[in-house]
Amino acid sequence: MDLVTLSQLQFAATCMFHWIFVPLTLGLSIMTAWMETKYVRTGDETWLRMTKFWGKLFLINFALGVVTGITMEFQFGLNWAEYSRYVGDIFGAPLAIEATVTFFLESVFIGVWIFGWNKVSKKTHALTIWLAAIGTNLSALFILLANAWMQKPVGFAIRNNRAEMTDFIAVVTNPYGWIKYSHTLLSGYALAAFLLMGVSAWHLLRKNEVDFFTRSFRMAAVWGFVASLIVGVSGDFHAVEIAKVQPSKFAAMESIWETRRNADMCLLLLPDAKNECNAVEALKIPGMLSFLAFHDTNAEIKGLKEFPKEMRPPVTPTFLSFRIMVGIGTFMILASFLAIILSRRENFVDNRLFLNLMVMAIPAPYIAQQVGWLVAELGRQPWIVYGVLKTSDAVSKSVTASQVLLSLLGFTVLYGFLGVVDIYLLVKYAKKGPDSDLSNIINVQGRG
Amino acid sequence: MDANIFQVIWFVLWGLLWGAYFMLDGFVLGTGFLSGIIARSDTEKRVLINSVGPVWDGNEVWLLTAGGATFAAFPTTYALMFSNLYSALILLLFALIVRGVSFEFRGKLDSPVWKGAWDKAIVVSSFLPALLFGVAFGNIFKGIPMRNDFATLSFSYEGSLVGLLNPYGLVTGALFVLLFAVHGSLYISVKTVGDLRSRAISLANRLWPALLVVAVVFLGYTYPATRLYDNYLKAPLLLIVPAIAVVSLVMVKVHAARGEAGKAFLFSCLTVLFVVATGVTGLFPNLLPSSLDPASNLTIYNSSSSLLTLKLMTGVALVVVPIVIAYKVWVYRIFRAPVTAEDVLSDKQAY
Ligand code: HDD
Ligand code: HEM
Ligand code: HEM
Repeated sequence: MDLVTLSQLQFAATCMFHWIFVPLTLGLSIMTAWMETKYVRTGDETWLRMTKFWGKLFLINFALGVVTGITMEFQFGLNWAEYSRYVGDIFGAPLAIEATVTFFLESVFIGVWIFGWNKVSKKTHALTIWLAAIGTNLSALFILLANAWMQKPVGFAIRNNRAEMTDFIAVVTNPYGWIKYSHTLLSGYALAAFLLMGVSAWHLLRKNEVDFFTRSFRMAAVWGFVASLIVGVSGDFHAVEIAKVQPSKFAAMESIWETRRNADMCLLLLPDAKNECNAVEALKIPGMLSFLAFHDTNAEIKGLKEFPKEMRPPVTPTFLSFRIMVGIGTFMILASFLAIILSRRENFVDNRLFLNLMVMAIPAPYIAQQVGWLVAELGRQPWIVYGVLKTSDAVSKSVTASQVLLSLLGFTVLYGFLGVVDIYLLVKYAKKGPDSDLSNIINVQGRG
Repeated sequence: MDANIFQVIWFVLWGLLWGAYFMLDGFVLGTGFLSGIIARSDTEKRVLINSVGPVWDGNEVWLLTAGGATFAAFPTTYALMFSNLYSALILLLFALIVRGVSFEFRGKLDSPVWKGAWDKAIVVSSFLPALLFGVAFGNIFKGIPMRNDFATLSFSYEGSLVGLLNPYGLVTGALFVLLFAVHGSLYISVKTVGDLRSRAISLANRLWPALLVVAVVFLGYTYPATRLYDNYLKAPLLLIVPAIAVVSLVMVKVHAARGEAGKAFLFSCLTVLFVVATGVTGLFPNLLPSSLDPASNLTIYNSSSSLLTLKLMTGVALVVVPIVIAYKVWVYRIFRAPVTAEDVLSDKQAY
């Protein structure tokens, strides 16, 4: 394999691995803060036990998010030197702001939260998890603004052989970025809610701590439904924006080969990239695609054939990833809606079918998260910065293919091992259930 | 890219960020690799891990900030420094990754085999960064074999991983290891009580002469191996920077010998900060010199961001960094008390 492919593979592997842990952190940090706030407000110890139990899972997950993030910060320079040199003037700023503004907030206050149960007052303690959660949620904003700039470059001029920033406000108000932020952040909340529901359902099936887990489930069901709904809506906004600014990605997402007005949408579709057409096209909804993309059934949709072959993204994976994401998104809206209704019923814990379904649904949002990024990043190819810089021109030239191969192997082994251990620990502590003994903490906290 | 004052400001900030990182993570790394020698029981190991527990991640973020600042302020340096030193930095990354998870994972299963394995991981993954950062900075001071032509945008590198292990790089590596060892053992003395504390401070006292010897060798060897002294010869007033480093190093011993761990630790903070400052002052205006040809040096002039980006980042740093320092001071105050065996045994959330 050549240097560019290997570098792409390594970048994809390390990003996707980071992304196994990030969405849960985004969602669970806020939910844990919510639980602790409830405890401080009401003094009800079940909320404290919830804080402790879900907080523990949060921390086990957080650890890997943090360490895999270090790789993210440095691999632009390691593998994409030409990229870093060419766009660092713009791309570096949000990254540096992310580190100074948000990583400090999150890492410092997480430290206080973990170790400060007996050292600060109840209220201050709840404040620390809020600060950490805000840090985490804000960090996503800056990094996604950076990523959005690669998707839709704004506020720059090509000068001195590179892209230089001309308008920072344009970079931070990039509509692409804010859509991305709302979609991604809420998809993290939705994922966390499904994890909470799934784990709670597992315990309810065994009649463990029924009160504790029913309460957790109900809370998560509401979060999950609201978040999934917003994810769907912002996902639609996303698609509309893409149709406008990245026509080649949109054509690949929908597998459209010919440019058409009044384009139909097929519920059943299978691309045939070799012959530049679709192998299967069935269940047509007339004009729907034009309507979805431009809110006008008569709008023109560009087909892939408008672009020379080497300027098209890989069609089949982009298309399939998009379909899977939307499918899972639809499922999540329905499932969380049912969850709200069913969990209010008296005999909820006897609904084994639904509880089992919710346990099995835990991986679904994870899959949607991964394929979502595949849509975003594969669909942008062959550009690394859409319309500005090609991926093949962005790679580090002083690094050799064998060096990258070696580091890729290293990452695979190390990440593989850590991933297995972390997931093992998550499952173990999730199954263990909440601690019953909180006397130690409550006594001391009483003083504060 | 015309020369401007913001390039100088960011050079100073760049040096300060690295200094802050080494000062703060230095004692975590030192505590980590010394835990193999100093702690004699599971409880003592836990005391050590918990003594750095609340702060290690916040301290590591200085590295991310230093990296991020290099990217934002000097993108060309970020690009070439990281890609040219690829293999060494990948090793460093792996070590930092393992260290981070070791703290979190170690206490999660109640098995001696499990804990023993993570204990070893902590020692190795704390030692490697200390050494590798030293070697890397030695080579940065010395210059690396790269040829850069900024007009035609042709950049090439003729070095290798083994090439970094030259004598000067290794001396700097040894310097960093010993600095962090003394720094870490003093931190342990401040943060623990009883037997552990006395073992730690006596270790600091015993390591100090070795540190002194290596520091002298480093300062002497720097003259033939690098061009760091050029700036000092041009402006002798700058010699105050290495002078503070040396005086602090002596004060470390003065206080450690009297058993005053707190004061000794503060002076070892100063020592680390000013050792880094000594090197960085000598580098100016280079960020990464070339050992082949001065025209290939990466300087603050040929590798910086545009004026707009530099101004923007200066504003961000001026507003945010003081706030960060303020809440970090607050946190260090909350956790100022030493960690005892009873704390560790009674607190379920602890590592
Ligand atoms: C639980 C996860 C999840 C779910 C259920 C959905 N998404 Fe999504 N989606 C993501 C998680 C995600 C993501 C991982 O967060 C991505 C990757 C890049 C990004 O900005 O967000 C993403 C990207 C992404 C993109 C590409 C963005 C780009 O190219 O920059 C589009 C068009 C959509 N989504 C649209 C949808 C639609 C119409 C959904 C229907 C309900 C949907 N997503 C559900
Ligand atoms: C917001 C932060 C992100 C930025 C700035 C970013 C940037 C990049 C860059 C520089 C590349 C390499 C060049 C290329 O192949 O285009 C890339 C590729 C890729 N990224 Fe991202 N990425 C981000 C987040 C993610 C996440 C979270 C994931 C996955 C969960 C992801 C998945 C991928 C994949 C799969 C590729 C490979 C595409 C290909 O090689 O064809 N990215 N991205
Ligand atoms: C490619 C670009 C990315 C870089 C350079 C990056 C960098 C980092 C770093 C350095 C950390 C560790 C912080 C610490 O030590 O506390 C981290 C953690 C984190 N990152 Fe990323 N990251 C990237 C992609 C993303 C994306 C796309 C998101 C969110 C949308 C994200 C969200 C987070 C969050 C929430 C954490 C907190 C820790 C955790 O998730 O467990 N990151 N990241």
